[in-house]
Amino acid sequence: MTAHRQLHLAVAFPGSGPAGVGPAGWAGAHPGSRLAFASFERLAHTAERGLFDFLLLDEEPPLPEHRGRLHELDPVGGPEPVAVLNALAEVTTGLGLAATVDAAVGEPYDLARRLATLDHLSAGRAGWRVADPADARPGADFRAADHLDPYGRAAELVSVARRLWGARSPGGAARPFAHRGRYFDIEGEFGLPRSPQGQPVVIQAGESERARELAAASADVLLVRHAPLETARSRHADVGRRLAAHGRTPGELKVMPQITVVLGDTAAEAQERAAGIRRQRITPQYALYALERIWGTDLSGYDPDGPFPDTAPSPGPPDPPEAGGSPSRDDRRLALAARWRTLAREKGLSVRETVIEASGRQSFVGTPDTVAADLHRYADEGAADGFVLLPQLPADGPEEFVDRVVPLLQERGAFRTAYRGGTLRSHLGLPQPAQDR
Amino acid sequence: MSARYGRGLLHLAAALDQPGVLDAGPYVALARLAERGGLDFVTLDDSFARPGPDALGVLCRVTPATRRIGLVPTVTTTHTDPFRVQAAVATLDWVSGGRAGWRIDVSATEEEARLFGRRPAAPAETLWQEAGEYADAAAKLWDSWEDGAEIRDAATGRFLDRDRLHRVDVTGTAFSVRGPSTVPRPPQGHPVRVVDATDGHARTVAARHADVALVRAAAPAQAAAVRDELRERARSSGRHPDSLRVLVSLLVDLGDGEFAAEPGHGGGGPRPTARGPLYRGGPVDLAELVAGWHADGVTDGFHLVPVDPHRDLERLVNGTVAVLRHRGLFRTFYPGSTLREHLGLARPANQYAVTGRTP
Repeated sequence: MTAHRQLHLAVAFPGSGPAGVGPAGWAGAHPGSRLAFASFERLAHTAERGLFDFLLLDEEPPLPEHRGRLHELDPVGGPEPVAVLNALAEVTTGLGLAATVDAAVGEPYDLARRLATLDHLSAGRAGWRVADPADARPGADFRAADHLDPYGRAAELVSVARRLWGARSPGGAARPFAHRGRYFDIEGEFGLPRSPQGQPVVIQAGESERARELAAASADVLLVRHAPLETARSRHADVGRRLAAHGRTPGELKVMPQITVVLGDTAAEAQERAAGIRRQRITPQYALYALERIWGTDLSGYDPDGPFPDTAPSPGPPDPPEAGGSPSRDDRRLALAARWRTLAREKGLSVRETVIEASGRQSFVGTPDTVAADLHRYADEGAADGFVLLPQLPADGPEEFVDRVVPLLQERGAFRTAYRGGTLRSHLGLPQPAQDR
Repeated sequence: MSARYGRGLLHLAAALDQPGVLDAGPYVALARLAERGGLDFVTLDDSFARPGPDALGVLCRVTPATRRIGLVPTVTTTHTDPFRVQAAVATLDWVSGGRAGWRIDVSATEEEARLFGRRPAAPAETLWQEAGEYADAAAKLWDSWEDGAEIRDAATGRFLDRDRLHRVDVTGTAFSVRGPSTVPRPPQGHPVRVVDATDGHARTVAARHADVALVRAAAPAQAAAVRDELRERARSSGRHPDSLRVLVSLLVDLGDGEFAAEPGHGGGGPRPTARGPLYRGGPVDLAELVAGWHADGVTDGFHLVPVDPHRDLERLVNGTVAVLRHRGLFRTFYPGSTLREHLGLARPANQYAVTGRTP
């Protein structure tokens, strides 16, 4: 075991995407703050002050609908991430800049060119998070993503993009490419040479078998959910085995759980703050909405502060069979409803209290000392290569983490005290991709 | 001709194109220079057919380094997704605080078509018709969020007012999109749309959808004729002709010294070349030309494309613009903050908004 394994740190912007603020946690922020460039600039400056590896901006999902109408409670609407990152490149010098871009839509040439532009203009700091095809939400098909196999398309898109990024000689001379695959049939010359880091860092997310396999085959970073230490360690080992099967060494894919952190001067204060944040996120209206999504019926007659429904939801029409033989969406929905009803009955909780109770705890809650020690333990015991901080409330940047936890990680020798190189690949300790032959 | 008497303020724009440049620095430097000259906007051309960075990405990069100047990248409507493009243009508008434009263009070559492999190359007429549908869909998506749709009403827990969001469902000849957009309505309502209307097929799109039309013309009479035609066509498609600015687009070569216009082409006036009309001469003579054409009501202004970007833009700002300012013919500071304000164009009403509702 290495005594001082180095952590990698990143932060995600409170978007409404899968890594986002989520349930109605916007109270207290100003209108338009999800769009003002100043919000992004402030976050980027804080992340850079904390010497983070990268900032991740999510692509906005299509507006959610609920019961046939646009859903009004969640914060939605935000900028196109690659455009914002190009602007952030002007006001930062070391921070990596990563965008989530859907791989179920979009054409490889255009996508590769836009990301290569960001990579050149930022002198090698670009990252591309390939959105997990399993994240596809209702309405996502409105952008003409009419594919039977989104994983297959995503895999081909990533491999074509990498090919294009390497399609020019080191001197910059154009070399023609031709690709004939299942989804793309293209040829020509790519308009940009290799960037200062060779090519953008490819980030993938997902827990599923296929997502993990796809990442092991070609990604540089794998984003995963937070898990207890033992689970995280065996997951990490599994990823390592898959990497080896693809002829790659363990350091070539960084596994980074996405976590939430709540700090306090004492353990009790931290717990209290964590509970307060959960209450703030789950408004009375949101609690009913969460219930309606599971029950599939109008529950607006219920009092969020009143008793939990004593009827089970009725089964819906069977889902089309899903890959991998996982339980159908309807089964999962019914199982969730049963769990919530049991929870409410056993603890005597109201609707809102049940949703708050069930909606998940923050990943790390404690004093800066205990949180730094916990994070360090994950890295030291081979359970994570680093972490992506997810904000819980819109006004909640990584300031406190940067001011109170980063110095402790540095004291432990677990985090850099300066950027050693200029590119995102150098921050992550990733090799430059080999030149296309 | 009424246009002559209705002559407005002089508008000036310049191109930032620097072939082969991939670093941000030179683009930022030129945009700042143009801003020092008080120009309405800068353009950055783009094409999949030649090497170079994504123009919209470059102008996003320029945004935090500038404060007032309009930023107009070329984005093709062929081979691209209108949903994403309108979102990216709207984002440029948000990031720049209302300074975004979009130069609408098409990609007609077989070479470009093969980079995408989705369809064969098509004739310009078809592509410009698609461009019109595309521009129309983009405007619908920009309008799909009414201003103030984000209400953040803590009492009811509502982030949005769904009555101020609108479904969009457009099936064009070459695309289909559905909305609402994921980006709220941009600060200018509609970022400024620019169309090079020199090509006849582009003229219909320019008359219907453009806020600024560019005309490559070597002679005043030719420029005036196209301007009159565009204004007339704008009127017949239901627009007020004054909602369209027509700028003459010229290549400029200011490298030969103050009065060294080549003999034989009228004291430095533009002459046709394979790349378009070229003005070669000194910056003071160029100021004469600009002032003269504008005074005659031939044009609302000029879009100048430097042959040597650094040299010519520097001479343009410190020579030509200085002379025009000295004569009181061009702004000495930006009275407004958005590109529409520089151009004297109103913020468009939302096509979906119900009038008379309390805000």
